[in-house]
Amino acid sequence: MTAELWVVLGASSSVARAFARAAAEGGADIVLAGRDQADLADTAADLRLRTGRHVECLDFDAAGFEDHDAFVERCWRIAQGRRLNLFFAAGSMPDQDAAMRDFRLARSILEVNFLSVVSLLNRLEPGLRAQRGGAVVVLGSVAGDRGRRKNFLYGSAKAGLHTYLQGMRGRMLADGVRVVTVKPGFLDTAMTWGLPGLFLVASPQAAARASLQAAGRGRDEIYYPGFWRLIMLIIKLIPEAVFKRLSI
Amino acid sequence: MTLQGWGRTARAETLASRPERQREVASLLAAPEAEPGLIAYGGGRSYGDAALNSGGATLLTQRLNRLLDFSPDTGLLVCEAGATFQDFLRTFLPRGYVAPVSPGTAFVTVGGAIAHDVHGKNHDHNGSFGDHLAWIELLLPDGRTLRASRDEEPELFAATIGGLGLTGVILRAAFRLQKAPSSHVVVRERRLPDLQSFMAAFAEIRRQATYSVGWIDGAARGVQLGRGILQTAEYATGAVPPASRARERRMPVDLPGIALNRHSVRLFNEAYFRQVPAAGRDRVLPLEKFLYPLDAILDWNRLYGRRGFYQLQCVLPDATAERGLPALMERIAEAGAASFLAVLKTLGRRGHGYLSFPMPGFTLALDLPARPGTPALMADLEATILDHGGRTYLAKDACLSPAGFRRMYPDLPRLQEVLGRVDPSGRMRSDMARRLQIHGAA
Repeated sequence: MTAELWVVLGASSSVARAFARAAAEGGADIVLAGRDQADLADTAADLRLRTGRHVECLDFDAAGFEDHDAFVERCWRIAQGRRLNLFFAAGSMPDQDAAMRDFRLARSILEVNFLSVVSLLNRLEPGLRAQRGGAVVVLGSVAGDRGRRKNFLYGSAKAGLHTYLQGMRGRMLADGVRVVTVKPGFLDTAMTWGLPGLFLVASPQAAARASLQAAGRGRDEIYYPGFWRLIMLIIKLIPEAVFKRLSI
Repeated sequence: MTLQGWGRTARAETLASRPERQREVASLLAAPEAEPGLIAYGGGRSYGDAALNSGGATLLTQRLNRLLDFSPDTGLLVCEAGATFQDFLRTFLPRGYVAPVSPGTAFVTVGGAIAHDVHGKNHDHNGSFGDHLAWIELLLPDGRTLRASRDEEPELFAATIGGLGLTGVILRAAFRLQKAPSSHVVVRERRLPDLQSFMAAFAEIRRQATYSVGWIDGAARGVQLGRGILQTAEYATGAVPPASRARERRMPVDLPGIALNRHSVRLFNEAYFRQVPAAGRDRVLPLEKFLYPLDAILDWNRLYGRRGFYQLQCVLPDATAERGLPALMERIAEAGAASFLAVLKTLGRRGHGYLSFPMPGFTLALDLPARPGTPALMADLEATILDHGGRTYLAKDACLSPAGFRRMYPDLPRLQEVLGRVDPSGRMRSDMARRLQIHGAA
């Protein structure tokens, strides 16, 4: 069996941390990528102690596109014969109203949540196809399924992401590279902490396990928790003439 | 949001935050929202108001739970404050290491274990948690981060052990694990007919047995007062059954108040007593099951219904326990507040902290369902504990009076001195600190 290496991007987030733990417990080696190196070093130490796997940290800025070539090269160098897999959890959801007033903030939403994956995956694609396998698991969002007036900047970035991943899925299909879009509903993370109106919030650990499982089973697109598929189906079926009047 | 103590009688409306990285902690402590005071909240296993802060800010440490370093040679483990005894057990018992001191539930965090200087079923041998602590990294109320140990900042170190979280926010800690000869223990159980024989049995075994704990039938009275089961445990030698992780169960609902009455309690306790044959028995158990018998039911505190319960845990010195324990137990039985099993253990020496609970003697712990008369009963029991030179365990407490607290903890001025130095503006606050007037009378 090929040894697996998971590169976890945005590794300071609770879902990414839980994913790294689950993957390491499953026997994979881990690369933690993110900006807060002190924090990543702590998580790496924790993973090594708990799982005994090999764990490395890399500096990674989702919106630092000019550095992505070097980052990708470093990933391949670390992989060295192990099969490279990706879990992409970098994301940000600033206040929508603030982003409406400040284009720089709006642009950063698109950069961090969408363009970062395009930049990275475009550069990784030849190598992934050449290794003829591996999985790319990306956190999308139910917010990307429909443009709501309260959260459509973030939502449109995720919608772009979903569409991009659909195309990539087909493009790498013949080479055995799986692309999994995970659309979480409400997760109990720092991003949602303290927000009003959340219901049936799922733990990051459960979401991480479901994501890893989806990769193992070669799923294309999952909602987590699963009932969100039904909720979003209903929301998608609402005619635009009606939906545009809803203040959700 | 609303937070509550494990006994569900103490509640607090508080502004809670849940940092996921160390660097967030400092900014949360410095934020204007923390101006009315802040307290750290770990596993939520303190029974009363120790980790509650009504109208102030609360810092949940559950996501700061990483294990950072371990040396197999010395057993020294470094971890974040939110790491729990379950983390230690699952990670290190398979490698042959165990926490030298462990409370009765594995969901306690290291931060909580320090703040209450917790003890386990081996106090005569191993002392309390603070005795195994190498150092603490503490975020002080003024924003500085300091390392405290027996050599560096020794007063701050002693103030923080058992210090109820009032000296600052514990960020990291280092303590020594010890070698565990096996993942299993052989538990020897025997029935004891009354309190006197129970205490005599303890006197005999407390220096020899690795672990020891007594389960007392809190409903028994008269000649049966204090009857129960004494468990002693030694690490297993030789082959043990293959490990299987116990299934976790939940209490799906709050039990209605009526379900728990003196008859049902008596029946339960009778059955519990009789499950051990009159001649005693030996069983091989996973260490986890022996150390944390209640953890298999995740939220057993719902057993007492929505009104919750108080837990009384006190220690009476060896010299007075023989008179004091029956006095306490008779008073409780008389009030009809009979609880399920009470727990009796021995303690061996004083702790390192100014507010450490242990002293050489006997410690009794029992649950009292919250009823209208319970606080009055608790006040009575407090007087009895004081009369016998004992003290109440603050990790369990929700009722103690400021005056009683001062008599039980004569080293309070030493803690106050440190608090006056590191926290003159009173940034660290809790409902317990206010109730017991730890910063002085309001």
